[in-house]
Amino acid sequence: MLHGYLPAILDGLRSTLLVSAVSLAIACVFGLIGASAKLSASRMANILVDAYTTLIRGLPELVLLLLIFYGGQIMINKLADRAGLGYIDINPFIAGTMTLGFIFGAYLTETFRGAILAIPRGQMEAGLAYGMTRVQVLRRITFPQMIRHAIPGFTNNWLVMIKATALLSIIGLDDMVHRANLASAATRQPFTFYATIAVIYLAVTTVSILGLGWLERRFSLGVRKAEL
Amino acid sequence: MIDWGLIAESLPAYWRGLQISLLLMLICVSASFVLSVPLAFARVSANPWLSKPVFLYTYVFRGTPLLVQLYMIYFGLAQFEWLRESAAWPLFRNAWFCAWLAFALNSTAYTTEILAGALRQTPNGEVEAARSLGMSTATIYRRILLPSAVRRALPQYGNELVMVMHATSIASAVTIVELTRTARDVYYNNLAPVEAFGLVAVFYFAITFTLVGLVKLLERRFLRHLQPKSADPAAARA
Repeated sequence: MLHGYLPAILDGLRSTLLVSAVSLAIACVFGLIGASAKLSASRMANILVDAYTTLIRGLPELVLLLLIFYGGQIMINKLADRAGLGYIDINPFIAGTMTLGFIFGAYLTETFRGAILAIPRGQMEAGLAYGMTRVQVLRRITFPQMIRHAIPGFTNNWLVMIKATALLSIIGLDDMVHRANLASAATRQPFTFYATIAVIYLAVTTVSILGLGWLERRFSLGVRKAEL
Repeated sequence: MIDWGLIAESLPAYWRGLQISLLLMLICVSASFVLSVPLAFARVSANPWLSKPVFLYTYVFRGTPLLVQLYMIYFGLAQFEWLRESAAWPLFRNAWFCAWLAFALNSTAYTTEILAGALRQTPNGEVEAARSLGMSTATIYRRILLPSAVRRALPQYGNELVMVMHATSIASAVTIVELTRTARDVYYNNLAPVEAFGLVAVFYFAITFTLVGLVKLLERRFLRHLQPKSADPAAARA
């Protein structure tokens, strides 16, 4: 099937999924830091995070990707030169996951901030009044409820991010799109291969929607919905 | 540190790229707006023969990467001999036409869902009242549903406009020399990534915030009834 290119494409899918997962982990870290900075009382932290989220929303992903991939390459090598190190090659995987993590961290900042604000303040105060430490309040009260409120926004960001990984083929990551490019050139059947990977992307997004929908219902057990 | 000479020298090229990007955005947005109004009506229709196919279309186009859609149209369609021999081939060989088609179809899918969501939020009483006044279904759509749905969709539609603007950067992958391609060319010719991509970032920033500002103006005009009321009676009168 597919002139024997199916295993190569599925191998590319593995790298697409790996990039998505690592980017998501980085984005969650940026998102959590951003959300806590945005909710903190420090004015400096608020301004920094506002600048971060505004900057990301104002630029296309592809431009940020190119800026970080090529700009970062030269910047790091200038630093390495000064430190007397040899040539350091940033590979597309590292540049790609860092950039996507950085971009979607900005969107997750807003998601997480909203999720934390959706929890009644009295619950955290009650936890503290019972003598729990701040970490215990976070672990037992804030975090479990925050996940429930964050899932819808999180799902959207995850779907947009999987699709954004296709752009990494432009900076030379060996992902599914790159494999389809190679197979198309070799067989002269580009439509077949691009349609194949489109179907695979659709399958991945469908599974994600179903899985995260299940998770949302799981975390919302015991929450009554208004019946309309 | 920053080569200002290079920036000054390449500004005219960026200016041309800006015009191309804006033109591309304009033709995509107008096509998708015209297409998405009837599609949104079909999407909220009670008839599954109308709503299901539209759902399938929006689901497929929202579930796959735009880059892959563009590749399928620009590189992919050349695979079919009947198309290569048909009268439409000069169109599909043209990068502009393919980019327009891909971006317009993609944006139509998103705009249809935004508009359909706004249509569904119409209070039922408004439709009942219109019907009891003897309006026909077509009149109800024209006078009641569409005007209020478009208003309600405005904030989200503004986001979609920004998304389309940002998506035009993907046209750089199919030989169209818009802003991002200009930046990539300047980078390849001078190996100055900070200047090349930093300058293009400034351009995108300016367009994005101009768009956001324009949508805010439209919102102030058309969503006036939803603005928070001022507590100060003097300010409210003014």
